Order: sequence, then C-alpha cells, then structure tokens
Amino acid sequence: MNAPSVVLLDYGSGNLRSAHRALERVGAEVSVTADFDLAMAADGLLVPGVGAYGACMKGIREVRGDMLVDRRLSGGRPVMGICVGLQVMFDQGVEHGIETEGLGQWPGVVEQLQAPILPHMGWNTVRVAHDSTLFEGVIGERFYFVHSYAVRSWDFVARDDNQNSPTVTWSHHGEDFVAAVENGPLVATQFHPEKSGDAGLHLLENWVKSLR
Amino acid sequence: MSLSIRVIPCLDVDEGRVVKGVNFLDLRDAGDPVELAARYNAEGADELIFLDITASSSDRSTMYDVVSRTAESVFIPLTVGGGVRAVEDFNRLLRAGADKVSLNTAALNDPDLLSDAAERFGAQCVVLSIDARRCPEGVFTDSGFEVTTHGGRRSTGIDAVKWAIAGTKRGAGEILLNSMDADGTKEGYDLELIAMVRREVSVPIIASGGAGKLEDFVPAVVAGADAVLAASVFHFGQLRIDEVKKALADADYPVR
Repeated sequence: MNAPSVVLLDYGSGNLRSAHRALERVGAEVSVTADFDLAMAADGLLVPGVGAYGACMKGIREVRGDMLVDRRLSGGRPVMGICVGLQVMFDQGVEHGIETEGLGQWPGVVEQLQAPILPHMGWNTVRVAHDSTLFEGVIGERFYFVHSYAVRSWDFVARDDNQNSPTVTWSHHGEDFVAAVENGPLVATQFHPEKSGDAGLHLLENWVKSLR
Repeated sequence: MSLSIRVIPCLDVDEGRVVKGVNFLDLRDAGDPVELAARYNAEGADELIFLDITASSSDRSTMYDVVSRTAESVFIPLTVGGGVRAVEDFNRLLRAGADKVSLNTAALNDPDLLSDAAERFGAQCVVLSIDARRCPEGVFTDSGFEVTTHGGRRSTGIDAVKWAIAGTKRGAGEILLNSMDADGTKEGYDLELIAMVRREVSVPIIASGGAGKLEDFVPAVVAGADAVLAASVFHFGQLRIDEVKKALADADYPVR
C-alpha cells in the first residue's frame, strides 16, 4: 500500500519544516505547495498557521485556500488545521479590534484569551472528548501551545438531522478554550502536534492513518 | 489542569559546534548540536535554545544548517538567538525550522525590529533577550538593574525593567531574562530581578543565569518565571532535566 499523500499548504506561514518532517515521520508522503490541483488531489490537506489571523487569511485567500477547503470538504476529503489553521476554520477572528472573516466552516469567533500571562506558551493538558479518535493512545498527554487568541465558547447547532455534532476537546488557560475539533473530514488542533514530541507525533499518525 | 513550567537547556553554538564544555560520556561527539539536541529531547526537555556566538557573520549560515538538521528529528520548540539583525534573518531561521527567534543587542540598536518582526511573524515567535545586572557604581536606574551588552561587559545605562516593558509593548511575546551577576556563579537565579520584571510584564519569562543545584529552580518559579533555563549544569551532567522536573513537581508545580 502506498503512503497517504498530504499537501502542506504553503501560503507563506512560518515554520513549515517541523510539520513536514513530522508528517513524514508518521508515514505520509508530503508535498509543501500551494498548487491547487495537487492540494485537491492529495489524500489529506494540512493548513498550518502562525502569527496574525488577518495575515493568515490573506495568505490563504491569495492561494485560493478558501475554495480549496470548501471543495475538499464538500467531497468529504480530509482537511486538518493547526494553530491559526484551526482558528481560520471559524466564522471570524478579532485581533486588536480588527475583525477578519474566516473560512466559516464552524460557527464561532476567535478572540483574545482572558488570562494573566499571554501568549499561552508551553505544554498544557487537554480534556479529550469521549468519542475522540484523533487522541486515541495519547489521553493524558500534554501538548505544546503558543497563541493568544482562541475560541472561547462553542454553540454549534447541527444544520440538519444528518450532520453529526463535532467532537470538541477543551483546554484551559485563564479560562476554557477549544483545543481541538473533530468534525467528519475536518479536524483541527489549537496546539502544535508537530512540536509536541512523541504525543504529537502519535496524534498526527492517527490522522495520517485515517486518510485511507 | 494548567500550563507546565518549562525546563529549557541552552546550547552555545560557535561555527556550528556546541562550545562551553559539554561532557556526556555516551555522546559520540559532544560538540554536535544536533546530537545534543536529540539527547536533551530524549531526557524530557520542554524546549531548546540555540545561541549562536559565532564571531564572524560570514559563518552565520552554519546556524541555519544546525537548525534545519535539528528540526529533522527533534519535535519540540526551538528558539534561536545570536547574530539576528534584520527581519529577513527571522524569516530564514523560521523557514529553517526555528519556532522562535531571540533578539538582544539588535533590538537595543533598533527597537523597531521587534515590532516589524511581530507584525510579520506574530509576537509568539519574537523573544526579547535581556542581559541585566545590578547597576555598578556610577550607573543609576529606577529599578536598580541596567541592560548590558557584549556579554555583560558594557554598560548601557538603560533600565532593565523599563526595557522589558518597552520591548513587550513593541511586540516581544516572551522575555529571556539573563542575570549577568548570577551567570556562571551557580548560586541561584537573581530572584529580585525576576520578580521585578514579573510585576511589570504579562508575557512569559524565561529565567536564566545562576542555576547550580536542584534547589535553585523552585524559587525562580515562585519569583514569577514561567520557564527555567540552564546550560552548564546540564552539559556537565551535574543535573538532569528529569531531576529538575521532579524538584518542581515536589513543590506542586505542574511539569510535563
């Protein structure tokens, strides 16, 4: 059996090398590209993201990443977001009072965490949802976070009877926030699995194995 | 459920080789930063800091190679500092596999570098490294601490606490707080310095300088450090990372 292919969407965001190597380590065939056709054809699409929400959305739109994510998801093809890559899946980001429209795959707003020390930087625990498959084998592990903004509430209403409710995993820094979401073909983590040592590699392996 | 205290070994790298004495019997090559990074990763380091102390800027490219080779196999956060002078240096280091870049003298010379880098790459990857000391005779600051350059040899007369405040306002997402008085003494971190900066800034603080024994780490955290850095005690095998974590855990601080 061939290795699952993963495109790491290269829209000018930060350190892609770690995600690239981590995905390879867990058995994926990785291309770092913004080529639309390659990204459509891959078994999995990984949307990274560091830095400002607005800058990431701009970069994503410039490579038609919005359409790419839409099309893949409408065909049930897996997409994973990491860090700001999780945040952009929601309706909107608000940073320094500036509102930026997100990809709108999930309802909700990304706002500044209410915590005494920001950024939330380091290894934190998560409350894994009972029906999670992404966290299989890594329950109780800590993951590496680095962010100041997060989704602080979740009021998802299923759009129709056939839509399964998303599986939401929470973490806490000053207050509760969304640490990961699993929702059919679309999954995302606020933490960086590619920087979370063996636990992170295991989680990425769970995703890569699910790609076929 | 809360964030764990990070334990961070720091490696000084000169022309691609770790210097300042590394003394592990089971390393094939104690001077190879990549091998040492893997070793610390295996021992449970929460993060690694590479400090490039290469004198000549023409040899700076070896650092990119070190970073990219480390990122091949070590999947924990990497911070790189030393010799970073322009936003483009940030870009190259991040693309090589660094997660954070620390600025020291370059930020003093051009504070806009902090805001430019934070704007382009996000505050989370901009670390302001401050070499602070108690004011010597003839130098006065409000906090009693001043910023130094050239490894603590040169006075600037700039208030270290005020510089931390100014730096974070400009976009630094973390402070690497080095006590030049405590550095190398192995008599413990400068707790007063940590506490003063903690009172004034809301970004994470990495305490650096002075770690000599297991009992030194908890007081730094009590004083307000979010992370504790050490170099030689780890390099010479006097302390192991898991021992430091146990000392923190015994004092009821969360560790990974």
